[in-house]
Amino acid sequence: MQAPPPAGDRRRRRLADQARAYGFLLGGLVCFALFSWYPAIRAVVIAFQKYTPGSDPQWVGTANFTRVFADPEFAAAWRNTLAFTLLALLIGFAIPFVLALVLNELRHAKAFFRVVVYLPVMIPPVVSALLWKWFYDPGTGLANEALRFLHLPTSNWSNGADTALVSLVVVATWANLGGTVLIYLAALQSIPGELYEAAELDGANLLQRVRHVTIPQTRFVILMLMLLQIIATMQVFTEPFVITGGGPENATVTVLYLIYKYAFLYNDFGGACALSVLLLALLGLFSAAYLRLTRSEGDV
Amino acid sequence: MSATRTLVSPAVLARPRGKAVYWAVFTGVVVLFALAFLFPVYWMVTGATKSPDEVARTPPTLVPQTWHLSGYTDAWDLMQLPTHLWNTVVQATGAWAFQLVFCTAAAYALSKLRPAFGKVVLGGILATLMVPAQALVVPKYLTVADLGLLNDPLAIWLPAVANAFNLYLLKRFFDQIPRDVLEAAEIDGAGRLRTLWSIVLPMSRPVLGVVSIFALVAVWQDFLWPLMVFSDTDKQPISVALVQLSQNIQLTVLIAAMVIASIPMVAMFLVFQRHIIAGISAGGSKG
Repeated sequence: MQAPPPAGDRRRRRLADQARAYGFLLGGLVCFALFSWYPAIRAVVIAFQKYTPGSDPQWVGTANFTRVFADPEFAAAWRNTLAFTLLALLIGFAIPFVLALVLNELRHAKAFFRVVVYLPVMIPPVVSALLWKWFYDPGTGLANEALRFLHLPTSNWSNGADTALVSLVVVATWANLGGTVLIYLAALQSIPGELYEAAELDGANLLQRVRHVTIPQTRFVILMLMLLQIIATMQVFTEPFVITGGGPENATVTVLYLIYKYAFLYNDFGGACALSVLLLALLGLFSAAYLRLTRSEGDV
Repeated sequence: MSATRTLVSPAVLARPRGKAVYWAVFTGVVVLFALAFLFPVYWMVTGATKSPDEVARTPPTLVPQTWHLSGYTDAWDLMQLPTHLWNTVVQATGAWAFQLVFCTAAAYALSKLRPAFGKVVLGGILATLMVPAQALVVPKYLTVADLGLLNDPLAIWLPAVANAFNLYLLKRFFDQIPRDVLEAAEIDGAGRLRTLWSIVLPMSRPVLGVVSIFALVAVWQDFLWPLMVFSDTDKQPISVALVQLSQNIQLTVLIAAMVIASIPMVAMFLVFQRHIIAGISAGGSKG
């Protein structure tokens, strides 16, 4: 063993170590500060200001919030966003789970199914949206052609005030369910086979086995994906922007779309930030629940 | 045949009736997948080769009567696809490179270099996971505007570094590398950077692959953020250009452009499908 170096030396070395560590951290820290931490603070500040790029911001108290609340589009946007989230849960939640259940039983062409179900996820969302906009065309679109082929009445799809929102949910589900199916499949494969055997010996039929073995065993993944899906669908923008432009009659304006309109159409950044703060507050609740869930499960 | 027991017992599947049901379900799933996921893609690829009259015909033709490649060539020329594809490539690869360099360095520092207040910094980074990115686009846009980065690829590259998910993925992987290995390298006289480059990174190939794919796909698929920061048409990536041009262009040409825009990511997926599917399956089940 060598004699320990004198105290001053050690301190200098420790300082040099720290400098080096922060040298490695610097680039990342600057980016997080500029593009994550500062914007989060700034959203709250600007929500209480009249803000026009290029001129000095003025404090206006809660005027942005009252103006935004009074906007008839505000209620429509929240109603649509919540309806979109709920419909996406109804349509987009059971389907991937059932698909994964069935796929997990198939012994052939496993790789083929996984590739095909994930293919739409790899198509750029803008392309999916434009593709379905074409399918939904009331005259020559594939959707109405299919209905005519089956001798069913045609629909206005994304062009009708009643059907527009559901039509968009179908697009979002089609484009995104591949990832969900793959995650469910991974979860299903981790269920020990003995549990099914034991349930079968106890006389459980197929549905009872799903209810008493499969669902309890995948409960954590189901809950996690549900929260992630809620967080993602509450920020929906591309589909309404590309397919319907928020119409018809504001039937598909979402909160994020309204934020975009306030900032880039009305040049009202105060209003946009007031809306952002409201959306953040709500989504923050779901995010916190999600993180809590994954953390506590990760510790086990 | 896999030996793991699933919902349906192998004994049932071995019986004649079980076999019949199995193959009926199998065929049903193949047909369903073909109709739901492959047919729309087929419709897009062939729709672009139809003539403008044929694409608007009812009932539609299942196979194009005459194959026109002019849709594709027109899209390439009229919609300036080379420019927009190149912009997308520049934005995506730049974001990937920035993320690899800065996220890897930061993750390495947080994992192995014991910076003072490292826990606080990590907490601050993880806290951004709670703040959904899209909800902050407006103040982020104002910050980018203040920095004079509008219409500059840096507006994509720098915010891409602030990716808590990828950084945490890297840090967790680095955490598993035993400290002894790094200390051995240091005793041999390797500096921190040298240790990172020649010991840590070669050991981290799998996680670097996953992070690379996530980084590339995220930029290629993004729409709202590039729509905000690139008002200059010549700087727009393909996703934004497609939507901007979709109003005033012939349908067959637009469809051809959509096909061309999809090719790079779909091709990458088909090449790396095993890794990508394994990455999603692993990432999802472990949070």
